[in-house]
Amino acid sequence: MRQHLLTSAQMAHFVAYGSVRLDAVVPADMNDEAVKVLTDGIPPVPYGTPVAEAFPEGSFARRLVDLPEVAGALRSLVGPAPTVDHHAVHVREAHGGEAQPLHGDAIIDTRVDAFDVQLMYYPQDVTLEMGGTLSVPGSHFRRTNESDTGRYQNLRGQTRLVCRAGTVVLLHHGLWHGGRRNDSDTARYMFKIRFNPTVRQVRLWNTDDLADPAVAEILSTRFPWYEAATGRLEFYNRIRMWRALTGDDTFDIEYWMTRVSNRPQRVAS
Amino acid sequence: MNAPGVRQQVLVLYLSTSALDSEVVGWARYDGTGRTSPTTGDSDEPPYRTGVAALRDGWRLIQASPLIPPYPGHEYDVSFLKHEFFFEQLVSVS
Repeated sequence: MRQHLLTSAQMAHFVAYGSVRLDAVVPADMNDEAVKVLTDGIPPVPYGTPVAEAFPEGSFARRLVDLPEVAGALRSLVGPAPTVDHHAVHVREAHGGEAQPLHGDAIIDTRVDAFDVQLMYYPQDVTLEMGGTLSVPGSHFRRTNESDTGRYQNLRGQTRLVCRAGTVVLLHHGLWHGGRRNDSDTARYMFKIRFNPTVRQVRLWNTDDLADPAVAEILSTRFPWYEAATGRLEFYNRIRMWRALTGDDTFDIEYWMTRVSNRPQRVAS
Repeated sequence: MNAPGVRQQVLVLYLSTSALDSEVVGWARYDGTGRTSPTTGDSDEPPYRTGVAALRDGWRLIQASPLIPPYPGHEYDVSFLKHEFFFEQLVSVS
């Protein structure tokens, strides 16, 4: 398992971008099997069902989440024994449907020291015309409620997913996203599972590179859609999440958090 | 419904600062003529570089976001885009 855990640099990417992408990690034979499995449907489970109960040994979904790269990433993000919040198969029919409004799932979620992860699995090659999921890097700290962001059609630096078959993307629960209109001749399939943690999400990944300067560099990523001033607040929110994830309440980047919390108590003599 | 007359096209630009000549970071379009159907995630390139560039191309500014101070205790929260500008063009349809 350890070799498949995320590194600190990958975790920093998750904190900055709100997602981790695992390209073509699902083998071809499973991708071939997936469309029929997803068309037939995967039985729903009650909210909060442990993975082992939600997805019986040998089932397609269980084999998917047990793939070493997928299991390692999930373990790094939500820890051991997460529960399944819910899962769903999304099908965008050929030349069918309309784009979803940009939204965050569920309802506004203000947690700082805990987060859910949404797994999105794409069993086919996804082209731009097939309407792969739109997502907005670095939008997961925005405190907005579900589709209240529907007016935002396009943001600079947005991601319109194009990927190879077998790609899995793991999203922070707050990330703005939406299924795009499918303008192709091919129906597009996506399988989503939302996981809830059952442990404190502190240093669950491979922390060997925790002191690597790359971590702060990645956490300093600025996205083209950020407004000049609010973009600085995004750094503040990342620092706060990184402190929660590492348990290190001295961590900072460019003095953003230290400066505004400096209240000396020493009395000058 | 389809009677000849004038129809409104609406352009919404989200800018980097409260200045109308700052850079576009987000955009949306709505077309009252029915000739186009802009939608979510349909383009990666903004229609204009700045708000003023839209004015120069004939769009009329009809609404701009007010500047609202943060609620006490929520100064570091991030939420909706702050600098939203609505533009319109009136187009004749026959």
